[in-house]
Amino acid sequence: MPEQYKLILKHIDQPGYTPDIECYLRHGGYEALRQALATPPRDLPDGKQLSPQEVVREDVKASGLRGRGGAGFSAGLKWSFVDRRSGKPIYLICNADESEPGTFKDRQIIHKDPHQLIEGMVISCWANDVKLAYIYIRGEMPQGARLLNQALAEARAKGFLGKNILGSGRDVEIYVHRGAGAYICGEETGLIESLEGKRAYPRIKPPYFPAILGLYMCPTIVNNVETLCHVKHIVTMGAGEYAKLGTPNNTGTRIVSLSGDVKRPGYYEIQVGRVTLGELIYHENFGQGLKAGRSLKAIIPGGSSSKVLKAGEVFKLNRKAADGQMTKVDVPLLDLPYDFDSLQGAGTMSGSSAIIVMDDSRSMVDCLANLSEFYAHESCGQCTPCREGALWLAKGLHRLSHGEGRKADADYLQHIAQNIQGRTICAFGEAASWPVLSFVKKFREEFEARGAADEAARSKGAGPARDLKIAASPNQH
Amino acid sequence: MALSIPASLESQLDELVTHYPQKRSASLMFLHALQEHFGYVSNDAVEWTAAKLGLQPINVYELVTFYPMFRQEPLGKTHVKVCRTLSCALAGSSEIRDHFCKKLGLNSHAHTPQTTPDGKFTVEFVECLADCGSAPVVMVGESVLSKASIADADRVLAAGR
Ligand code: FES
Repeated sequence: MPEQYKLILKHIDQPGYTPDIECYLRHGGYEALRQALATPPRDLPDGKQLSPQEVVREDVKASGLRGRGGAGFSAGLKWSFVDRRSGKPIYLICNADESEPGTFKDRQIIHKDPHQLIEGMVISCWANDVKLAYIYIRGEMPQGARLLNQALAEARAKGFLGKNILGSGRDVEIYVHRGAGAYICGEETGLIESLEGKRAYPRIKPPYFPAILGLYMCPTIVNNVETLCHVKHIVTMGAGEYAKLGTPNNTGTRIVSLSGDVKRPGYYEIQVGRVTLGELIYHENFGQGLKAGRSLKAIIPGGSSSKVLKAGEVFKLNRKAADGQMTKVDVPLLDLPYDFDSLQGAGTMSGSSAIIVMDDSRSMVDCLANLSEFYAHESCGQCTPCREGALWLAKGLHRLSHGEGRKADADYLQHIAQNIQGRTICAFGEAASWPVLSFVKKFREEFEARGAADEAARSKGAGPARDLKIAASPNQH
Repeated sequence: MALSIPASLESQLDELVTHYPQKRSASLMFLHALQEHFGYVSNDAVEWTAAKLGLQPINVYELVTFYPMFRQEPLGKTHVKVCRTLSCALAGSSEIRDHFCKKLGLNSHAHTPQTTPDGKFTVEFVECLADCGSAPVVMVGESVLSKASIADADRVLAAGR
């Protein structure tokens, strides 16, 4: 039976569990930090020795932990890229700018268990020789920022933070920094610019890899809230035990944000890859299926930037056969294990693990128009293809969803999207294009039918087929 | 300068500067604090911030125009943000926004925050508020209304009149 597995969410939403430090300590809080600080050096077979910090860094790598923010990159590898020879300070930033549409998991941790994040951060700082770290939190979470500030003050008062933490001789300080409503700050180099007090224009890579030239041109680690929480559990459980959770190459647990047309939207923590997309949507322990009388039409599987999946699709995935050979097997949409690799194999991504479900009552044209308006609004404006293109996409889709479409719009939209992706400084270009490319490709008939109907209505002199009030508004961008 | 900053606020801001190795980093937090205090970010506030952090006013002004949460004029006493993005749209957020606008006589098709002439309400359509499981989501001031209904909207309206 597919079930939740609560590692990060263990105490969250338990009756009587509060975000203050006393409650956290009653539940074994900051034991992992003590354990980390007491890590003995490790002798290697080749006669070399790992320092305690190196041991923890190696364990994070060995645990297989992959970033929970969107890219799914190995957290341990990301840490290993940090330039430790430059002599410059190393910074750590917790990316708490949760703003990928569909995602609401970090919000739960920040508001209900802030000390879990802080403990994960202090361990990560200690392991990486970081003395100063920031939590970059969305501007729209003012209560979260206050809670974090309070939690940091509590941790400082107890000696878990500040000078000489727990008598270890190490200093770690963490401050909260608030964003101000710009989605692009979730992009790590945009976030760094913003933390430097500038417009959040992402930096070009190379040369500005944060691990080398990050905050104040110093080596910098940027990790998602949930990722940093996992570090604590890796220390507690040991890398080997942790890696038994989930599936090979997709280890540990993950909090899935489920929204849209399901009976029970919400956040559900699962072992990565041990629950299928279909179970997340239909099983009584998760989404409990669609509303009465409705059938599935489409799924956005990993935040609004991920490519849409269409009901009934079947994918060819690599599987290891009993004899160890890789073979291709057919996997229907709802049987896709919810993990990084399976979704990638299906041509999309698990991204920020946000699933948005759309039932048969929904128009794909209108859904895509909604998303494209988001990207038009959020483009930072630095690269021309994205700044102009995202707006063209939104305008084209607005037209199509308001009775002024043309049959050729499907091609037009695809053409623009193709000319944005791959031509921008950051991944926002892809984020804006992928929904368009996938929606139009998989639901082409719907886009063409809408455009054709509008053309027919116009040629009869009937005027636009749908309500034109929005298009006629003087404030239209 | 017309700006009068209470000593307690100024010392709070001075403390903020110490969080960063470079003063300029504090500018976003300054703007938040000043907006919270004055209700908006005036040109005076921009200049004051710039002087305080050793920057040119344009370095601060360009933040005010870039980050959507900063505003250059006062908003209504009750600030209503209705989420526009997909999960909330699927759950009917535009009906809720239309309802607010209709009851307050505001243009429900505008893309910018709309404030009532009496200064009591501002209604704004915003992007995903990261609470999509409770769609439709509405923020009133700093608090989040989950699974907001027309009845909730009416309560907000009654409380803010
Ligand atoms: S879509 Fe409304 S809160 Fe995310």
